Amino acid sequence: MYNIIMIAVMALVTMLTRFLPFLIFGEQRKTPEIILYLGKVLPCAIMGMLVVYCLKDVAVLSAPFGIPELLGIAVVAALHIWKRNSLLSIGIGTAFYMVLIQVVF
Amino acid sequence: MNRKHFKTVLKDTLPVLTGYLFLGIGFGILLKEKTDYGLLWAMGMAVFMLAGSGQYLAVSLMADHASILSAAIATFLINARHIFYGISLIEPYKGAGKKKPYMIFALTDETYSLVTQNEPPEGMSRHSYCFWVSLLDHIYWVTGCSLGNLLGALPINFAGIEFVLTALFVTMFVEQWLTHKNHLPAIIGVGATALCLVLFGRNIFLIPSMALIAVLLTISRKTGRRQTNV
Repeated sequence: MYNIIMIAVMALVTMLTRFLPFLIFGEQRKTPEIILYLGKVLPCAIMGMLVVYCLKDVAVLSAPFGIPELLGIAVVAALHIWKRNSLLSIGIGTAFYMVLIQVVF
Repeated sequence: MNRKHFKTVLKDTLPVLTGYLFLGIGFGILLKEKTDYGLLWAMGMAVFMLAGSGQYLAVSLMADHASILSAAIATFLINARHIFYGISLIEPYKGAGKKKPYMIFALTDETYSLVTQNEPPEGMSRHSYCFWVSLLDHIYWVTGCSLGNLLGALPINFAGIEFVLTALFVTMFVEQWLTHKNHLPAIIGVGATALCLVLFGRNIFLIPSMALIAVLLTISRKTGRRQTNV
């Protein structure tokens, strides 16, 4: 029972984080200009934030020093600049990373 | 939605399918091992929380018999990034009608990156596209969590598969970089987050990162304006 309440509370708090901006700036009201501006530039900044977020558990001070991640990202980015095909960049990049950590490092 | 539209949504969400299946399986296994809870719990948490890091956190909190207040605070800290996503979707999601509450409820990192980056296929409305991306991603996640809980560890070595989500974000980052002339927001995003990770450590760096990003973006807007005035 205790755990059910805990999960329910955690689910509600998670919902709150998702609904908050929409509750504050509703459908009818005009959104303030600064929020409109942030809304436009945030996606670029957030993608950068998420890339770093994914790497937060990588230990750069001990072997293999984050080299597999660095190489994996380089392959994904290079492939994407070259071909601009998301599935290709993601698929080959991930396969390459898996080979690196399973076989090479 | 017709067949062609469905195919496009399926193709766009394929990286998320891969990532969610494996991360979800990881969660399902962990839940079983640490708390011995079965399918109903795995599904319930996946349906109602729909948050990777939040669910992993929930497992360790239940195993540690943590207090509900600390669970609420930790959940808020981990998931506060959703507030950022909402801010940039206020305008795009306006007028989505009955679908809107669900689209907001089902907003994840991965869904956010797809709906802000991809264009809907011809003949499909943006709202409809965003709704189906959200729904499919949600289904993938519930499937993964349930499978892991039911089947346990996989017989083949899939170590490293979680990199698929990092690769997704890198791809989206590069795509944004190539389509936008102004690279300052992207640089601010990476720079501010990396700086805060070093300064605050990996447990609490997201909140200061978001604050720093918001401040720097606001400042860069003012200086940008001043330059155009001159």
